[in-house]
Amino acid sequence: MSSEHMANPRAVVERLAARVSGRAVEGSRAVAETVARCRPQVVPAYPISPQTHIVEALSALVRRGELAPCEFVNVESEFGAMSLCIGASAAGSRTYTATSSQGLLFMAEALYNASGLGLPIVMTVANRALGAPINIWNDQSDSLSQRDSGWIQLYARDNQAACDLHPIAFRLAEELAVPVMVCMDGFVLTHALERIAVPDQDVVDRFLPAFAPRQRLDPAAPLSLGSMVGPEAFTEVKFIAHGRISQALGRMPELGARYGKLVGRPAEELARGYLLDGARTVFLAMGSVLGTLEDVIDEAREEGLPVGVVELTCFRPFPAERLRKLLSGADRVIVLERAFSPGSGGIISPELAAALAEPPTVRGGAGPVRCHTVVTGLGGRPVTKKALRTLVRDAAAGRVAGFSFLGLDRELLGRAGYGRAADADAGQTWERLLADLKNRETWR
Amino acid sequence: MNERTQGVKFYQVGSFAVGNRLLEPDRHSAQADAQRANSLISGHRACQGCGEVLGARYVLDAAMRATGGKLIAVNATGCLEVVSTPYPESAWRMPWLHSLFGNAPAVASGVAAALKAQGHTDVRVVGQAGDGGAVDIGLGALSGMFERDDDVLFVCYDNQAYMNTGVQRSGATPGGARTATTPVVTGHPGNRFGQGKDVPAIAMAHRVPYVATATVADLRDLEAKVERAMQFTGARYLHVLVPCPLGWGAASSQTVRLARLATESGLFPLFEAEYGEVTAVTPIRHPVPVDEYLRGQTRYAHLFDDDGTHGGGDPDIVARIQAGADHNIRRYGLLADPDQSARGRIDLDEGVRR
Repeated sequence: MSSEHMANPRAVVERLAARVSGRAVEGSRAVAETVARCRPQVVPAYPISPQTHIVEALSALVRRGELAPCEFVNVESEFGAMSLCIGASAAGSRTYTATSSQGLLFMAEALYNASGLGLPIVMTVANRALGAPINIWNDQSDSLSQRDSGWIQLYARDNQAACDLHPIAFRLAEELAVPVMVCMDGFVLTHALERIAVPDQDVVDRFLPAFAPRQRLDPAAPLSLGSMVGPEAFTEVKFIAHGRISQALGRMPELGARYGKLVGRPAEELARGYLLDGARTVFLAMGSVLGTLEDVIDEAREEGLPVGVVELTCFRPFPAERLRKLLSGADRVIVLERAFSPGSGGIISPELAAALAEPPTVRGGAGPVRCHTVVTGLGGRPVTKKALRTLVRDAAAGRVAGFSFLGLDRELLGRAGYGRAADADAGQTWERLLADLKNRETWR
Repeated sequence: MNERTQGVKFYQVGSFAVGNRLLEPDRHSAQADAQRANSLISGHRACQGCGEVLGARYVLDAAMRATGGKLIAVNATGCLEVVSTPYPESAWRMPWLHSLFGNAPAVASGVAAALKAQGHTDVRVVGQAGDGGAVDIGLGALSGMFERDDDVLFVCYDNQAYMNTGVQRSGATPGGARTATTPVVTGHPGNRFGQGKDVPAIAMAHRVPYVATATVADLRDLEAKVERAMQFTGARYLHVLVPCPLGWGAASSQTVRLARLATESGLFPLFEAEYGEVTAVTPIRHPVPVDEYLRGQTRYAHLFDDDGTHGGGDPDIVARIQAGADHNIRRYGLLADPDQSARGRIDLDEGVRR
């Protein structure tokens, strides 16, 4: 309960209103305020759209002394930002930063280093496409490219979740000594003004104890951190790290439930089902597309189609067991992917297929559950209700290919000269893809 | 030199021997102090005669003395890191963090930011890297640390090439030097001239509180500069020349001698600067021609034909290196009497050259 809030009657009223139902606020601003309630001590930041509003808001909070003691450092690059996080976290301070897209890739070397050193840094990723071609709009190629970096990855379905996931992320990171990315769709969430309840300071304080680092740089107890490990122990170090990040599969739902109770909202979970009773065709997605998708599924249910949704919040560690349970009644899963692996296919789908194929295999009516990858919403292209309605009908009727792009503008491709015989040299995957496209006229 | 902090200066004449025995115990160098920190202890795996490990030991023990042991070191990837921490061993007797090759200045800034947020401003931070980590891959992070004036002393141990990976050229490799990536072939006598970076000057251009150069040849000078650096708050930079027996192609016993010749030839000027202005230079007392420095190293062997296998050598390149040394001497005023340089060279020419 900071005195400056108490001194300002308007702030008090705003706070009381927020306790009931939140206030209309931009997603970035709400996330910044929530992060501030988590009392970070060092916040290095480098600007990149669409992350900017988050760090701008935090810099103002630090400048005004509302976050003291906290050091906000304007750094020279994202590589510098993550490197400062590494130093600050190793020195025993709670550390936070935010980035997007190219910035996340520029950090890549330091991301692996942070997780390898067991530093509980929390970072918001305002999800954005990767160039070339340069594109500032939303998809999830950036964070999914860092799938194997050893960071826990949580995806927010809306701005309320984006806020609520941050205290959970700090607690999870510090309990497990594993860094956490909270991923929220760039612009779609970061720049959206909506009613969001930012948690009160006392609520966050009850949930998130002061940072007690497992080890830190301290002249009174010297430690060597980051030493060289050769073939004799490297595998074991990585094995232990795998076990540590995997503990989040148990801790994340527990912490989500505890935090949900404190703020009076539904608990954040690893993954959640929506209208799964009797659903034979299930759509799985991460992030802001879930809202639109659930609206479309509501309509389809009214029409009597046996369809449902699985919301995936925790992508790393991958909650295989939870997904097997949620999908145990399905015949097929359509994975809406906001990124893909060129030359291969989906990124989430292969992991899901592997999870469902583990014995005892999850079986639908006519054999193993089939996973379909639908790539959608790349580089900020809106995922519309109209496109999803068609997809849902096609999918329920079994008319969706193993791998396809939703809403591909085939006229544009034609004008660009794609689909001609000369393109056949491009390789088998692309031939198959183009053949798939020819069979899927109805998508548009 | 900074007489105020150094207090005592041994002029190296005659035998070049220096000793603490002549002094009161409280005026001993940090290295001569029986209670020294031994920040980097024996048992590490550096080569015999390693200049970098010697430099790090001098720097850190002096910094530990200056801070009462309240010091944290951040290390870039490189020889110093590799030789000192083969898991599960460590040669560091101080808190020490290694993160990556190119980010040591930024990691050090992060440690400093955390200490500030925690109110532990009595604990100071030293960042360390070789010339690869400071001059090349880490320069962006180093520049960021400088311009923000973060409270870090960053030390570059400059051995003029990527020694850890097998002696490849860096932005600190001097013209004419042979490395694994600037091989000597006909028409290409080693590293090109007109390239490379003057990072002490770059640091000064940031107007940071303190910049100094030093070598492992003069322990007291190096320690005094570390102590002086620790009197400032903010970004400080120390560029230490550390000969590498392996990469330079010299006997392990020649490390200190080569470092001394580098300064006495004018190739490596010793100076201090505060807030962007040079405040002190160490004058050359025994001027030598660059030949004397170059001849002791096989990386320059192609420039001389002492054994008749190098086709007459390359006197033009040697002259070009000498011109660089003379430029340094003029630029920093390293000789009280500018004619002394030529005279010294002539005197020595008679002895060294035929």
